[in-house]
Amino acid sequence: MSHKILNKVKLNPVIWRLCLDAPLVARSAKAGQFIILRMDEKGERIPLTINDIDVKKGTITIIFQEAGATTKMLSCMEEGDFVEDVLGPLGRPTDFGKVGRVVLVAGGVGIAEILPIARYAKSLGNFVLTIIGSRTKDILILEEELKCSSDKLIVTTDDGSYGIKGLVLDPLRDAISMEKFDLCYCVGPDIMMKAVSQVTQTCGVKTLVSLDANMVDATGMCATCRVTVGGKTKFVCVDGPEFDGHLVDWDGFMKRQKRFVEEEKRALESFQAQHKNCMYKQG
Amino acid sequence: MKTQDPGDRIKNFNEVALGLTEREAVDEAKRCLKCKKAACVGGCPVEIDIPAFVQNVAAGEFEKALYKIREKNFLPAICGRVCPQEDQCEKVCILAKKHKAVSIGSLERFVADWEIANNKKPRVEKTASHGIKVAVAGSGPAGLTCAGELAKMGYDVTIFESLHKAGGVLTYGIPEFRLPKKIVGLDLEYLKGVGVKIEVNFLVGKTKTLDELKTEGFKAFFLGIGAGLPYFLGVEGENLNGIYSANEFLTRTNLMKSYLFPEYATPIKVGSAVGVIGAGNVAMDSARCALRLGAKEVYIIYRRTELEMPARIDEINRAKEEGVRFELLTHPTKFRGDEKGWVKEASLLRNKLGEPDSSGRRRPVPIPGSEFRMKLDTVICAIGQGPNPLLPRTLPDLKLNDDGNIVVDKDHKSSIEGVFAGGDIVTGAATVISAMGSGKKAARVMDSYLKGRQIPSS
Repeated sequence: MSHKILNKVKLNPVIWRLCLDAPLVARSAKAGQFIILRMDEKGERIPLTINDIDVKKGTITIIFQEAGATTKMLSCMEEGDFVEDVLGPLGRPTDFGKVGRVVLVAGGVGIAEILPIARYAKSLGNFVLTIIGSRTKDILILEEELKCSSDKLIVTTDDGSYGIKGLVLDPLRDAISMEKFDLCYCVGPDIMMKAVSQVTQTCGVKTLVSLDANMVDATGMCATCRVTVGGKTKFVCVDGPEFDGHLVDWDGFMKRQKRFVEEEKRALESFQAQHKNCMYKQG
Repeated sequence: MKTQDPGDRIKNFNEVALGLTEREAVDEAKRCLKCKKAACVGGCPVEIDIPAFVQNVAAGEFEKALYKIREKNFLPAICGRVCPQEDQCEKVCILAKKHKAVSIGSLERFVADWEIANNKKPRVEKTASHGIKVAVAGSGPAGLTCAGELAKMGYDVTIFESLHKAGGVLTYGIPEFRLPKKIVGLDLEYLKGVGVKIEVNFLVGKTKTLDELKTEGFKAFFLGIGAGLPYFLGVEGENLNGIYSANEFLTRTNLMKSYLFPEYATPIKVGSAVGVIGAGNVAMDSARCALRLGAKEVYIIYRRTELEMPARIDEINRAKEEGVRFELLTHPTKFRGDEKGWVKEASLLRNKLGEPDSSGRRRPVPIPGSEFRMKLDTVICAIGQGPNPLLPRTLPDLKLNDDGNIVVDKDHKSSIEGVFAGGDIVTGAATVISAMGSGKKAARVMDSYLKGRQIPSS
């Protein structure tokens, strides 16, 4: 059961968009859900957010950032190559509904993950303010797509090369202190989601975050993705990936995400030593 | 039965128990007294005609023995290795009273291994296909057996499995050194030969719902989705890094082959002092894997004594031979970690045994003031598994008990028309063979149901 890569686009030096043949996933996937992907017989199982679907064609689009050996390997695949295993759609779909005014905040590859959420929110008639942060203009992704799916888009860059100079937190603070927002939804690096949640907590804006955790089976069987939310243990794979940002034990979660950092480094070094310049191919 | 030397075997994942030689098997089979009313058959959850196959072995007629076993059992090489025969057929063997029971389990394994070694393709007898579609959720022992039985009866059976490899606990739970995956693979091939279809990467309830499968023409369903929810102790510090559920530890090791990292991409981290909480077969498996993954000291930490341990005696002995240490009448109350969130130490309390609890075993009673600490950098929680709620959550009409197990009547019928269930999802975590037995019974009942017949009272 292999899944063909039908399209591959580079969005920036480390972020890629792939279109995969996966009809069983495409037919019922909703915003907020993810797949588990395994490259080949020796591969690990990794979660990837579903960015878009085409039910008629039976395809799904994923956008991912090169991080470890598996995503590096994936970035070396070409159109026409195959991925061995895909399971999905997993996780609880987004269902915050029509709440009124929504502010979406995203950074890094989280910008890709917020796109389906923006489309969902807009389709239900919510007012959507989207704030995205990038280190520099050169690596900013999906600006046009988000402009189309938001009522207002604010872009920040750390170096001021585009949009507002600084972090997403400042425009966020301004927005929620000047006008009423019914919901904040944030996806990005853990440290960013934690900071955003702290800002919105002081202003009393309900906040949802989408967590990205290490997973193995992703069906609630192993508990590797466990996180403490409101003092209770939850599984990102089946209870999430969305949680109330004000209740997440961020420090505990971030520590858990570092469990295999040494092994991930070893795996990446091993991969890079074997496959210089992306000569990796299946078979 | 000969085993790999303990000193050697903790450095590899190769099979520990080496099986009987032909000479040993024939001699053992000849010990059978050929009882007129053999009690052993009643002890077998899948009703193998034990006296008949044992006599075949005694006469050196191994192929006949093979077919005799295969009449009733789809997975003899697996059962011969993991079945607790000492609690089943061998327990009621007449020789068990004053001597030693006939080693029925070893003989079953011998015959199954002979089949593999001699490349025998088992003759598959089945009713002509009548095309009625049946869906089975879960490819563990319950689902595999149910599917095989139904396929033999001519049904068009598809098993849906959420992982990328079939087998359930046979693949992800039981380690390579107890149950080689090559053997599981061969039994899966046999099932495909009977006509069973297996679709992996399909999570019933998420990939498609039961109702959607109904509209595709599936007329009945068997839910063999297993005990796939890890239990934790509920003590402080349990979410520290380095604390695993047994499911996670074993799945990384057995399914994802972490012991071959980085060639196999899934990592696992095992420190030098490992504490395994629990004393069932899963705990023994976890402890023995930890040794093989490089731990210097591995402790089984159990709140009762050896007498109350649920694990097979063979597994406990093999763990001891390999150097696993046992801290009995002990349970953890807290885990402490370092500033990076890694577990470093457990606080433990000693127990004494009091009155029996609902399981019939004497209840552990904590002894006040007996706290002590133990340096541990890896902890594996192997205190049991419960029913995974994912599929039941999508079926609001499915009656569950307080623990989340699917409630079925004596015919394996759930509260939903046409939906049957068996194995761990019904009973709670039990054995491979009891799951197989329930799969077999459910298949018979489902056959009656599908043919519109009155289900015969069992």
